Amino acid sequence: MTDGNMKVNIAGVEFKNPVIAASGTFGFGREYGEYYDIACLGGISVKGLTPEPRAGNAAPRVAETPSGMLNSVGLQNPGIDAFLAQELPALRAKDVVILANAAGRSVDEYVYMARRLSDSAVDMIELNISCPNVKQGGVAFGALPQSVYDVVSAVRKVCTKPLMVKLSPNTADITLTARAAEDAGADALSLINTLTGMAIDLDRRRPILANVTGGLSGPAVKPVALRMVYQAAHAVRIPVVGMGGIMTARDALEFLVCGARAIMVGTANFSDPFACPRIIEGIKDYCAQHHIADINALVNTLAV
Amino acid sequence: MKELTLATVLSNRRIAQGIYQMRLDWGKAPAAQPGQYVHVKIPGDSGRILRRPISICRVEGQVLTLVYQLVGEGTRLLSLVSPGQRLDCMGPLGRGFVVEETVNRAAVVGGGIGAAPLLELVAAYPHVAFDIFLGFRTAELAYDVAEFKRYGTVHLYTDDGSLGQKGFATQGLKQALEAADYQAVYACGPQPMLKSLQRAMQGSDIPCYASLEERMACGVGACLGCVCKIKAGDGWQHQRVCADGPVFPLSEVILDD
Repeated sequence: MTDGNMKVNIAGVEFKNPVIAASGTFGFGREYGEYYDIACLGGISVKGLTPEPRAGNAAPRVAETPSGMLNSVGLQNPGIDAFLAQELPALRAKDVVILANAAGRSVDEYVYMARRLSDSAVDMIELNISCPNVKQGGVAFGALPQSVYDVVSAVRKVCTKPLMVKLSPNTADITLTARAAEDAGADALSLINTLTGMAIDLDRRRPILANVTGGLSGPAVKPVALRMVYQAAHAVRIPVVGMGGIMTARDALEFLVCGARAIMVGTANFSDPFACPRIIEGIKDYCAQHHIADINALVNTLAV
Repeated sequence: MKELTLATVLSNRRIAQGIYQMRLDWGKAPAAQPGQYVHVKIPGDSGRILRRPISICRVEGQVLTLVYQLVGEGTRLLSLVSPGQRLDCMGPLGRGFVVEETVNRAAVVGGGIGAAPLLELVAAYPHVAFDIFLGFRTAELAYDVAEFKRYGTVHLYTDDGSLGQKGFATQGLKQALEAADYQAVYACGPQPMLKSLQRAMQGSDIPCYASLEERMACGVGACLGCVCKIKAGDGWQHQRVCADGPVFPLSEVILDD
């Protein structure tokens, strides 16, 4: 049997398949590029970038939790200049869609990032208004519909690349922040970022993370992510990219059925460095077995 | 391209209180350097999604020996693995100990579970005369002492004096530093031991390399989960224990409390 169509189109950008490596779990593609040719991926969302280099939070930054993990990396990154000069050329040489995940401390910084990245060779900007591990910016912009609207509309004015907005689950009603991003001019949404959580060392009566709190990811968050993707996809007309605890092809397909046009794989990379190609092959196998000629035909087919 | 290894467990046994030794058939001779580690997937469907970085204690042909301490549920599950079972492993990973060609006399300092990677180090460089300073909290926690004795002069310490001398391995090193002509010092152990070693080495121009431990996720340098502070210019920068280390020049490491 010949493979069916795996291509998906999000905001005018064509991905060769719906599997995108999630920001913060894949660096700039170098490390996993030693395990397989990353050109097999639909896309790569690079480590969250900021105007200046950032050292991030103190260690310990990760803690395992039941069926999941917490992280409090805190946007450690080399800054936009170093990304453009030292990381982007090697990544651009690969035939893979590049999403530049961008964050800032203020609306002005987000606007600055959008300007710089609009002049670069990236394919798309993923606006990170949902990092739970930084004191300023991040989720502070993503929790309330009005602040989502304000930052996205300011960025939209200068952004000439397709604009994806990464939403936080740490909000009262995901449909409100989803609509706020759409109303402000977002071309696509990605969700969910991590859920804020804690892990405790009981005997020492101390938090395991030096930052005290961190972002929860992994299979533990999948039901929450599915619910939010389902709700957001039905609240907006722009495409939604789903993520949260995807470990297998079946997990990925559940997100598509709930309304996601593509999915991102994050924490699974840590369990299995081959998680992304394994999920891509699994999706192809599933489609072949179920006579699905076009992956897009699965999107939003949940019978409720 | 790098690959995963499905290693066959040859044996998995308790060798001291809370300390286990696992011997793995790697299928071929692993390209391992002393101080590197293997990133082991917890077998079964336990919901323990992160791998466990475990130091390589010995490499003999295609048999790789790991020594690990029970610290939580993941390592407890590892301790239940039976011979014949297969383990999903990444590695060997990280940058280990590099013994310069000019070194023919050196000291190693190991504390607790940190002694494990030093065994492969002393075994891999037979032409180097090693003084081996080992510290354990108590006699029940000591392991592989006889093995170490095959490769150098062992100076043994326990916190309570139940085995060897009462005291810390770093005290022994400090005394020896006054007379001995070491060309290098290699260490692995808990944070207090490394801090004490840093003080002992202050003012000395003998290079000292230490293997650091940190909570780790990816093991390849992608997630930035396991950073340590390394001096850079007038300040410091975060480096990745998993990929830039775990071995660093100790004088460059900033050890916080």
